[in-house]
Amino acid sequence: MELPLHCKLFLDVHLIPDSADVISAVEFSQSGEFLATGDKGGRVVIFQREPQGEYNVYSTFQSHEPEFDYLKSLEIEEKINKIRWLPQLNSAHFLLTTNDKTIKLWKVSERDKRPEGYNLKDEEGRMKDISKITSLQVPVLRPMDLLVEASLRRVFANAHAYHINSISINSDCETYLSADDLRINLWNLDITDRSFNIVDLKPENMEELSEVITVAEFHPHHCHLMAFSSSTGTTRLCDMRSRALCDQHAKLFEEAVDPANRSFFSEIISSVSDVKFSHSGRYLLTRDYLSAKVWDLNMENKPIETYQVHDYLRSKLCTLYESDCIFDKFECAWNGTDSVIMTGAYNNFFRMFDRASRRDVTLEASREVCKRRAVLRPRRVCVGRKKRESDVSVDSLDFRKKILHTAWHPTDNIIAIAASNNLYIFQDRHINRVFSKTFWAVFLVHSSLNLYTI
Amino acid sequence: MKPWPAVCPSNCSVRPLAPSPAQLAAWLQSQHTELSTFTHCNLAPSGRGAAPLIQHPASKHAYVAHHQRTEVTRVLGCHSCCRIDMFSKGTKRKFSDDGDEISDESLAGAQVSSSYSLQRQSLLDMSLIKLQLCHMLVEPNLCRSVLIANTVRQIQEEMTHDGTWQVVTETFCGGSQSPSERLVATEVLCRSREQDAEPKLFSVLSYEGCREEEVVTDETLCSVSVSDTASDVCLSESARHCWERDEFVEVDRDDEACESSRLGPGDDDDDDDNDDDEVDEEEESSRVDPKTMGQVFGTFEIKNSAPGPDSALEELFSDVDASYYDLDTMLTGIQSAPKMGPYDLLDSLAPSHGPPSIGSPSNCRSDLNELDHIMEIIVGS
Repeated sequence: MELPLHCKLFLDVHLIPDSADVISAVEFSQSGEFLATGDKGGRVVIFQREPQGEYNVYSTFQSHEPEFDYLKSLEIEEKINKIRWLPQLNSAHFLLTTNDKTIKLWKVSERDKRPEGYNLKDEEGRMKDISKITSLQVPVLRPMDLLVEASLRRVFANAHAYHINSISINSDCETYLSADDLRINLWNLDITDRSFNIVDLKPENMEELSEVITVAEFHPHHCHLMAFSSSTGTTRLCDMRSRALCDQHAKLFEEAVDPANRSFFSEIISSVSDVKFSHSGRYLLTRDYLSAKVWDLNMENKPIETYQVHDYLRSKLCTLYESDCIFDKFECAWNGTDSVIMTGAYNNFFRMFDRASRRDVTLEASREVCKRRAVLRPRRVCVGRKKRESDVSVDSLDFRKKILHTAWHPTDNIIAIAASNNLYIFQDRHINRVFSKTFWAVFLVHSSLNLYTI
Repeated sequence: MKPWPAVCPSNCSVRPLAPSPAQLAAWLQSQHTELSTFTHCNLAPSGRGAAPLIQHPASKHAYVAHHQRTEVTRVLGCHSCCRIDMFSKGTKRKFSDDGDEISDESLAGAQVSSSYSLQRQSLLDMSLIKLQLCHMLVEPNLCRSVLIANTVRQIQEEMTHDGTWQVVTETFCGGSQSPSERLVATEVLCRSREQDAEPKLFSVLSYEGCREEEVVTDETLCSVSVSDTASDVCLSESARHCWERDEFVEVDRDDEACESSRLGPGDDDDDDDNDDDEVDEEEESSRVDPKTMGQVFGTFEIKNSAPGPDSALEELFSDVDASYYDLDTMLTGIQSAPKMGPYDLLDSLAPSHGPPSIGSPSNCRSDLNELDHIMEIIVGS
């Protein structure tokens, strides 16, 4: 199915693979004007949307540095695990970035004017000879080249004994949570030396440990509700009003495993790798290894929709377990109207599901496919014989090329896909297109940026 | 926590120890024997009891057990792995003289079940190796380790229910194991990465060449010695001796092994149990998780602040356990010989294991050598 869209490719750089450039976090700002990416080397790159619609680099800074724990001989990686934007309150932009151990609040601000005409200092900043000053002047602000500065405002450290996997800003804009494998802490954005523990899954006896927290997120509207998912396939909704420690859940979302399909890998593939509330706040999207599920917050015993992302892998679980691919954590995303969900897969494929029409599409984000003004064709994975030339056989899937991080613009049909060290931004030129009719026609395309050269 | 499957003993954890080649061979022999009994049906699988025999319609010499129609389901998730769900009564039968009276169904059933056992065993082996080598990953991952450990537990429970666990016990322990021995995780090997290690060279991905149909029993590293208690698995004789050796363990600690905080991680952060408000953990807890599964998971803890010099030294020296050193030998062997293929890795681990683990005194001697080696690292000479 050909998609009649033209698209723009605004950067096409030769890529040099370097593991420090592998993108590990992608996040649009609350307005969608900015897109932040974090990589394994601890760098954050922020893109800004130009009036024409393209995203260009706005700012780059080193957020985290590697640390070394001398006592345990452990290196604490500088890899950025998550980025979350704060809602914009003034002309500056704030975002939280985190690695395994430390969360940082960054302020990104612009400066495009500078004062000139000081009395005591000359243009280079040197002190003037006072005896030579004959008149007074009032310094004036003159325009200068735009300078974007990123400054570190807060460091939230030493609160997590395990690796931080998620951060989420509360709708009250004052607090946020950070979750590691066993605990979730609540912070105030202004207070760095103190945090409250709200969930603690660590057992008395570590030998009994059988469940870890995988993702945690605040509800988009209700500041007292938060959800966290676990490696056992359960997602819990907690109400912070009922008690300070939310080990007891208010709701537990879990689907019973079909006994006929039960295997030794059932638990592993049921482990939830991402949780996202819908923009409306009514639904919850969870991603496990093979599927994505949409839950209604009012119904706990089963999801209202289940989408098979790559069910053809079900017969290959043993191999995937061997290669550790079965532990890959894929993210998922809602579109602005909560009508479409998106998630990544292998072979640089990512999938989108239209909830209303139940149609889905598989697309590829790779350099060979994404050329300037190219139209993305839907791809297909076939289990047996190829029906079409463009089909990809299950056995030829490249499991090293995985799309773990994806993000959708909060309102528009623009998506950001991270494939290794490449960032692809696709957008639909026809912003007002109605989804249900030509959903597949939307997307695709366009920009491919190699962060290495930035 | 949701138990899996229905009965989940809470203290079940796994700690393999590399067996001596002699022990391995004996165990493999028992495996083969066990499997052959399935096929030739000299004995009913243990714990099942005999099914009433009915005469095979085609020959008066052959008796077959009443074989229930079962569904073959995918259990291991591989296309080649199948399982007979209701393998209930065993297939007791006698071959007739002509040998052609075997019902196809039951033979196929027995073959499939033996294949299933092999698959399950190889999965168990693979999982244990993954747990052992988790420190060689590029980034330590507690979630992955927990999931692998849970998988191991499931397999153990199923093997216990099937009764195949008994065979392994008898082979290794000779029935003299203490049933109260805890099976703890392979944490020992899940230590913090050495600074100069090259984790990217060896990841568990070395199993790429290993196809799921292959039986890894020849290279199994795990001496999963089992006590007669269904839910507990105990260590092999010698390992247990070293396990209980308290030389380097403080008196007030449990008898179970602790490990050096320099090498491993395992310090429990009790400070978290304090005030919820308190964030900084300046006081390192001096209590160490006695159980090594705990220590595996402790590996993933991040020390947030340096303790005082005295307490640090105390931690370094107080809970060194000798029984890890034989495993340490293997690790050292691995680290010094990069770029090995999957089977090379497994081969090198077996021979590099110290003296036979049956004799405890010699094992302890080598442990002392290893202790010296580790002390050198700590002191940084």
